[in-house]
Amino acid sequence: MPNKDFSRRLGRYYSWYTAGFIVFLLSLAILEKEGFPRAWIGYLFIFSTIVLYAGIGVISRTSDVSEYYVAGRRVPAMYNGMATAADWMSAASFISLAGGLYVMGFDGLAYILGWTGGYCLVALLVAPFLNKFGHYTIPDFLAARYCGPWGNNTVRLLAVGFTVLVSFTYVVAQIYGVGLITSRFTGVDFSVGIFLGLASILVCSFLGGMRAITWTQVAQYIIMLIAYMIPVVWLSVKHTNIPVPQVAYGSALSKLSEREKELNEDRGEQQVRTIYKARAREYEAKIQALPKSWEGGLVDMQRHVEDLKRSNASLLEIKAASRALAVYPKDPEEARRKWTEAMQFNLSHAEPVVPHATPFPGKTEAASDGKRNNFMALVLCLMMGTAALPHILVRFYTTPSVAETRKSVFWTLFFVILLYTTVPALAVLVKYDIYTSLLGTDFSKIPAWVSYWASVDKLNPLVSISDMNRDGIVQLAEIVMDGDIVVLATPEIAGLPYVISGLIAAGGLAAALSTADGLLLTISNALSHDVYYKTVDPTASTQKRVTISKLLLLVVALVAAYAASLKPGDILSMVGAAFSLAASALFAALVLGVFWKRANQQGAIAGMVIGLGVCVYYMVRTYPALGGSAANQWFGIAPISAGVFGVPAGFLAIVVVSLLTARPEPRTMAFVDHIRLP
Amino acid sequence: MDTIAARNRKRYWRKAKVLTAFLVSVWFSTTFGIIFFARELAGLTLFGWPFSFYMAAQGLSLLYLLIVAVYVARMRRLDRILNNETADAE
Repeated sequence: MPNKDFSRRLGRYYSWYTAGFIVFLLSLAILEKEGFPRAWIGYLFIFSTIVLYAGIGVISRTSDVSEYYVAGRRVPAMYNGMATAADWMSAASFISLAGGLYVMGFDGLAYILGWTGGYCLVALLVAPFLNKFGHYTIPDFLAARYCGPWGNNTVRLLAVGFTVLVSFTYVVAQIYGVGLITSRFTGVDFSVGIFLGLASILVCSFLGGMRAITWTQVAQYIIMLIAYMIPVVWLSVKHTNIPVPQVAYGSALSKLSEREKELNEDRGEQQVRTIYKARAREYEAKIQALPKSWEGGLVDMQRHVEDLKRSNASLLEIKAASRALAVYPKDPEEARRKWTEAMQFNLSHAEPVVPHATPFPGKTEAASDGKRNNFMALVLCLMMGTAALPHILVRFYTTPSVAETRKSVFWTLFFVILLYTTVPALAVLVKYDIYTSLLGTDFSKIPAWVSYWASVDKLNPLVSISDMNRDGIVQLAEIVMDGDIVVLATPEIAGLPYVISGLIAAGGLAAALSTADGLLLTISNALSHDVYYKTVDPTASTQKRVTISKLLLLVVALVAAYAASLKPGDILSMVGAAFSLAASALFAALVLGVFWKRANQQGAIAGMVIGLGVCVYYMVRTYPALGGSAANQWFGIAPISAGVFGVPAGFLAIVVVSLLTARPEPRTMAFVDHIRLP
Repeated sequence: MDTIAARNRKRYWRKAKVLTAFLVSVWFSTTFGIIFFARELAGLTLFGWPFSFYMAAQGLSLLYLLIVAVYVARMRRLDRILNNETADAE
C-alpha cells in the first residue's frame, strides 16, 4: 500500500529530524559550558529554527492546486493530528496559559476543558462530513450545502467575511507574539522581530501552501513538545522525584495548599497587606477629591522638580522626578481612570491568598455561583468555538478518507492533551517552588532570574519585588509578576542552563509561527478560492488561481504584520473573543447543515447573521474597552462568553426561518445524503 | 436492489445518529455535571488530588479522548457493515 510506505518514510524523516534537534541542543549545551555568551544562544535558537522552517517550505514548494490548498489529501491521520495540534496551540497557549493558571487557580482550568472538549464536537459533528465533501474551504462547504433561491454565492460571501474577521484578529495576535518572543530573547527591536518571523512564515506558506505548512507544523509540534516537557519534568523530579509531571503534581498540590494556609497567617504578609490597603485608601481619597487633587498633585510635582534643580541635587534624582512628572495624568478624566486602576491593583494585593485548588472561590454564595456560571459559559463557548474555527477545520480536508479523518481528530486531541495536561502541572510546580524557596528569602539573596527578567522589559517589568514593609524578607504580596514569567523563567527557576531558556523561546516561536501559518493560508485561500475563483472569475486557470492565492497571502501577511507592529492592545484582548465570534457565526450552520435536512438557505443566512449579531451586540454593550459596561450583562456573564447567547440565537433563527420558508431543493437533499455516508 | 441499498444506508445513518447523540450526551452531562457540582465534589480525593481539580485538569480531557476513540472504533464497524452489505447486494 503506497499510503503505508509514505507513512513509514515520514516516520523515518521525523525521527532523524528529532535526533538532529537533540544533537543540536546538546552541542549548544556544551558550547554554553565553554563560555559561549547567552545572547548568542538566543540568536542561534531563533535563527536556526526560522531557517529550518523556511527550508521545509523550499523543499515542499508546489503550484499544484490540490497540493497547495489541501496538501494533496494524503496526510496520514497521525501526522495530520500533530500538524493540527501545532496549528491549534498558539503563542498564547504556549507562553501565557500556564501563567493564567498560576494566577487564577481552579478557575483557569476552564481553558483546559474548553480547548480539549471542543474536539469531541469536531469529531462527532463536523470533521468527517467536511472530509467527505472534499473541496477546499469552509465557505465552500456552506455554499454547497445552502444553495437556493438567492444564488450560490450569498452564503459563500457571508462565510468568507466571517472567516476573515475571526482569523485576522487571531493572526495579528500571533505575529505580535512572534515580535514579543524574538525581542525578549535576542534583544532585537520588536518590529525587527515581527519581520523576521514574517519572512519565515512567507517563505514557508508562499512556496508550498498547505503542503509546506503541514510538514512544517509537524516539525514545530516536535520542538514545542520538547521545549515544554524538559523544564517541567525537571521541576517535577526536583520536587517529587517522579519524572511524569501529570502523575506527580498531586502531592505538590496538597503541600501547596498547606503552604497557602500558613501564608494567610503569616505576620509579614499581613503587614504588607495593610500597606496595600492604606495605599488603596489614599487613591480613593484622591479620586473623591477630583479635580482639586489632580491640580494639587501637579503643582506639588512641578515644585519638587524646581526644588531639586535649585538645590543642586544629583542628575539621577532630577531625571527621576521629571519622568514622574511626564507620566502624571494629563487631565482630571485621565487621573480618575489611572487612579481607579491603581486603587484596584492595590486592593487586589491586599486580599489574602486564594487557594489554588478551590473551585470558584468567592466571598459570598452569590459571588461563587456567578463564578461557576461564568466558568460553564466560557467552557461552552471555547468548545463550540473550537468546532467552528476555520483554520482548524480546513486541516481535516487534508486526510485521505473519512475513516482517516476521524482517526486524525483522535490524534489531534491526543497531542493537544499531551501538552494541556502538563500546563496545570507546570503552574502548580512553579507556584510551589516560588512559595517555598523564594518567599522568606533575604532580599540580598534573591535568585538571579528575578533581576534578569525584571530588566528585560523596562516599561512593563515582567516581575518586580520591593521590600514594602522593610523587614528585608520577601513576602508573597511584595512580588508583582506577569503571568508569562511562569513559562519564560521556568528553566532558571528549575536551575537548568540557559540553553533550555533558548529552547523555550524556540518553542514559543514555533507555537506562534505554526498558528500564524495556518491562519494566513486560511484567509488567503478564502479570498482567492471563494471570492476570486468562485465569484469573480470562474474560468480562471488553475495556474492563475494558485498565483492569485500566493499574492493575496503576501498582502494579508503584510497587512497583519503592520497591524501587529502598532501594538494594538484592543485586538489582543479580542482574541479570546474570537471563539465566541466563530461559534456564533458558523457553528449552528455547520452542524445543522449535516444533521437537519430541512435547514435551507434563508435559514442559514438568518442564523449566521443573527448569531453573530447577538454576539457582537452583547460584547459591545458589556465590554469596557468597546465602550460598554458590566451593568448591561445578562445573568452576569462576561463578554468573552457572549457566544452562549449568540449560538442559541443562531440555532433558533435557522430553525424558525427554515420552517417558515420553502423546503430545500432535491439536490441539497442528495448532497446531505452524500456527505452522511463514509 | 436499490431499495435494499437505500434501506442499508438509512440504517447506517440511524445507527450513526444514535451513537452521536449518546456520545454528545455523555460529553455534555459529565462536563457540566462535574463543573456544576465542583464545590461539593472538592472534598473527595482521587489519586491524592481534590476530585474536582483532578477532573478539570486532566480527568475530563482523558474522557474526551475516550469519547473520540469510541466514536472512531464504532463508526469503523458501522462503515464495514455497510460496505459488506453493499458488496453482498452487488
